[in-house]
Amino acid sequence: MIEIVSTRHNPLIDPGLSVWGWEIPAYLFLGGWVAGILVLSGFLLATGRHARRSCVCFGMPLVGLVLLSAGMLALFLDLEHKLFTWRLYVTFEPWSPMSWGAWILLLVYPVLVASALMRPPRLLMDLVPGVRRLSGRLGGNAAVVRAIGVAGMASGTALGIYTGILLSALGARPLWSSAVLGPLFLASGLSSGAAFAHMVARDREESEAMARADNAFLLGEVALIALFLVGLSGAGEAHAMAAGLFLGGPFTAVFWTLVVGLGIVMPLLIQSLAVSHRIAHTAIAPALVLLGGLALRFVIVYAGQYSHWPRG
Amino acid sequence: MARLGMVIDTRKCVGCMDCVVACQTENGVPQGHNRDWIRYEYQGRFPTLRLEIRSERCNHCDHPPCVSCCPTGASHVHPFGAVVLVDAKECIGCKACLASCPYDARFIHPEGYADKCTLCVHRVEQGQEPACVAVCPTRCMYFGDLDDPQSEVSRLLASRPHRSLLPEAGTGPRIFYLE
Repeated sequence: MIEIVSTRHNPLIDPGLSVWGWEIPAYLFLGGWVAGILVLSGFLLATGRHARRSCVCFGMPLVGLVLLSAGMLALFLDLEHKLFTWRLYVTFEPWSPMSWGAWILLLVYPVLVASALMRPPRLLMDLVPGVRRLSGRLGGNAAVVRAIGVAGMASGTALGIYTGILLSALGARPLWSSAVLGPLFLASGLSSGAAFAHMVARDREESEAMARADNAFLLGEVALIALFLVGLSGAGEAHAMAAGLFLGGPFTAVFWTLVVGLGIVMPLLIQSLAVSHRIAHTAIAPALVLLGGLALRFVIVYAGQYSHWPRG
Repeated sequence: MARLGMVIDTRKCVGCMDCVVACQTENGVPQGHNRDWIRYEYQGRFPTLRLEIRSERCNHCDHPPCVSCCPTGASHVHPFGAVVLVDAKECIGCKACLASCPYDARFIHPEGYADKCTLCVHRVEQGQEPACVAVCPTRCMYFGDLDDPQSEVSRLLASRPHRSLLPEAGTGPRIFYLE
């Protein structure tokens, strides 16, 4: 038996690490969602599938701008030394995923704006005449549209992967110490983007295509979650203990119920029935996907802080 | 370049907390926070119990994850003695370094920046020992250049059984405990 008494009592550290509250999971979720929006909008633009007037690729980037700004606000709220935030942009630290993320976010904004300018809302064009002119110039050139689409796919993928790598680079928390987290968060972000497009698409054919894409992303997520747990379970004592948090440990119920059950399996079933025309398309499945994506970030961030190297 | 480190004799440490108080006084550590602390570890079952008392702090690792994850370069390895330090004026308080440390040796200073043990580099540069080492009443703490085979710390490590904390985390800690 080992009993340990420590005289240390640092806030956010003792008795257990709790440095990140709701802000970071919210930011990771919103960032992933925007990544999904960028990749899907970019794909539709780059492959010329934006011909129909009501294509989701025109409205989603505007929503993405709002979501990303909300995410960055959450990130800013989490910082403890806020007046020094500008320090992020006077250096580039190649080994720090957070530094990569800061610069990626800066690249994502102009791509979102350019995508939104393809067909901006009428109100905006009436208010700012320059927008109509710029939109006409950008949207009228097929090569420019394709380039914006490719830039959207590239920057969206980088953003989606980065949200996972941010955590997986912190090896002191065994649960996060997995290279699968990057692809898993990307898959979840793509799924959130597709679910949102499924929900808001006015064109029935496009809505169905997005539901099918979402099903593929959800299946990918299931495979990545399995790889994540198998990889951790076989990687030594500390990592096996971390995987145990979801396999009988304190985070088991919330992970399998909210993330996997309600966030992946249930919408997968509903959307499979909808795309095979057995039930109508509703907002229920996409809403569950979005809630599942949010739950995934919360569970991974909180359980990761709970996991630690076994110490004597 | 020197590679400063510490060797602590767990057989001499009595857990008096002089090192903790000295650190707080020397470095103005805010109340309710610790740059160093005492850990009591009881092993076994009565009557065959074993007690180890350790004075713990930042391990000033050879491969510090807190430095590599820092997005602004505020966490850095100081050229003097390869000591791991934080520049408060560059730190944004993102807490990635707190999460990256397997020893949980860092904390957020009430002013918002990440804070931790500096090995009293300001004293060492003047030829003095760190405050915790200087005040230890049992002289259980030794400080010096681990790269110098003639230093007291190197000779102790060469002659006595010792261990570091969580070597399996792969960070290369430079605080050693004599057993």
